[in-house]
Amino acid sequence: MNLVNKDILGTEQLSREEIEGILDTAVSFKEVSTRQIKKVPTLRGRTIINLFFEASTRTRTSFEIAGKRLSADVINISASTSSTVKGESLLDTAYNLEAMNPDLLIVRHSVSGAPHMIASHIKCPVINAGDGAHEHPTQALLDLLTIREHTQQLTGLKVAIVGDIAHSRVARSNIHAMLKCGMEVIVVGPPTMIPIGMECLGVRVLHNLEEAVSQVDVVMMLRIQLERQNEGLFPSFREYSNLFCLTADKLKNSRKDILIMHPGPVNRGIEIALDVMEGPHSVILDQVNNGVALRMALMYLLLGGSSETDH
Amino acid sequence: MNADEMNRAITRIAHEILEKNKGTQDLALVGIRTRGVVLANRLRDKIKDIEKTTIDLGILDITLYRDDLATGKDKPVLRDTDIPFPIDGKKVVLCDDVLFTGRTIRAAIDALVDFGRPAQVQLAVLIDRGHRELPFRPDYVGKNIPTSKDMRVKVQMTEEDKEDQVIVIDSKG
Repeated sequence: MNLVNKDILGTEQLSREEIEGILDTAVSFKEVSTRQIKKVPTLRGRTIINLFFEASTRTRTSFEIAGKRLSADVINISASTSSTVKGESLLDTAYNLEAMNPDLLIVRHSVSGAPHMIASHIKCPVINAGDGAHEHPTQALLDLLTIREHTQQLTGLKVAIVGDIAHSRVARSNIHAMLKCGMEVIVVGPPTMIPIGMECLGVRVLHNLEEAVSQVDVVMMLRIQLERQNEGLFPSFREYSNLFCLTADKLKNSRKDILIMHPGPVNRGIEIALDVMEGPHSVILDQVNNGVALRMALMYLLLGGSSETDH
Repeated sequence: MNADEMNRAITRIAHEILEKNKGTQDLALVGIRTRGVVLANRLRDKIKDIEKTTIDLGILDITLYRDDLATGKDKPVLRDTDIPFPIDGKKVVLCDDVLFTGRTIRAAIDALVDFGRPAQVQLAVLIDRGHRELPFRPDYVGKNIPTSKDMRVKVQMTEEDKEDQVIVIDSKG
């Protein structure tokens, strides 16, 4: 199984065959993390740079652990401690890092398309770890891995994605990936948070959470971005949570085996109720667990062959 | 090698394993994907017929330990490793279909020691075709087949292929 492109910039560029190949590979990598010695020598002598211009715990740690379990050397750079604060441009930073011969660059940036620009200027592979409101492909792939683990197959499944669809890169990456895998997607949220013309992506739009969850196999809650609160997308947290917080009450007409997901970080009580988050349907921590295996799989597929830097 | 010959060779290896290890105490088989697993399964069945006990069996995928990952063009498909028992203190018999350069065995031993510290590691192969590039010697051999380096030895077993047989393909012609 080989990937077509040198980079993983979005699920929009991946084919269904590639997505399934990545998921199959990730399944095999899960075993490594259950060993007492959680390390294999596959990427020994390779250098991976985590370049994060935005805050992150889960994604950055997950990439770091994935690289280290494959024996690669992982370097973390965050914007606040980089030369960006001295005014270095994004491309200059990328060129300088490239001059030190890394084998993989993982980029998170608040501007949509930033990883794409870097990827088009440097030779080493780039993984997009989230760019603005555009894409977060590794999150979508680990979500699919988690869903497939519970339902065995993806084709025909119905999913509701709930929250601030307009600003969510998780939603966008998931929509592309899910539709390619033959799933049906309903997006749910207040009209201010759903872009006009959303249907042209091939999804249905609903504004009632209870109605949506009664129709689906999986419900994916998105984080309400507190930093956008002053944009006036909704009158108050109280009103938002009355209508769109996933509570046991809103789930009463849902399937008994519904899966509840959240990409994190969670605002407890705003988009999801505490008892639902910690309840039997929640697979939120499975998502985190699968993230490591999924990212190991991508590193293996991107770096496992073809480079001349091996010894 | 045809099906009957293969069956006899595996039966003999099973007896040799039991003889050398004086029974099934602390004995475990670990098959290297793909046909090493088939060989391990068949050895376990034979040992069960002889000794009436079922010994532990593990599956090893050595892809992540290969030394040619970065030179090959295609990335090999990674499959599950499954060693569902502690190997510490066990006498582990590694099983593979063909022993050639020994590089697979190097990778397999590296992988195995990541799971624990076996008391002993022994090696059982169906075919030894020579041309070692590393200092390995099998403990149990189904058949020695002298080959030239550019020949290919193909082991086929019914679990994965149409029939049980070993064929030598002369790539020159």
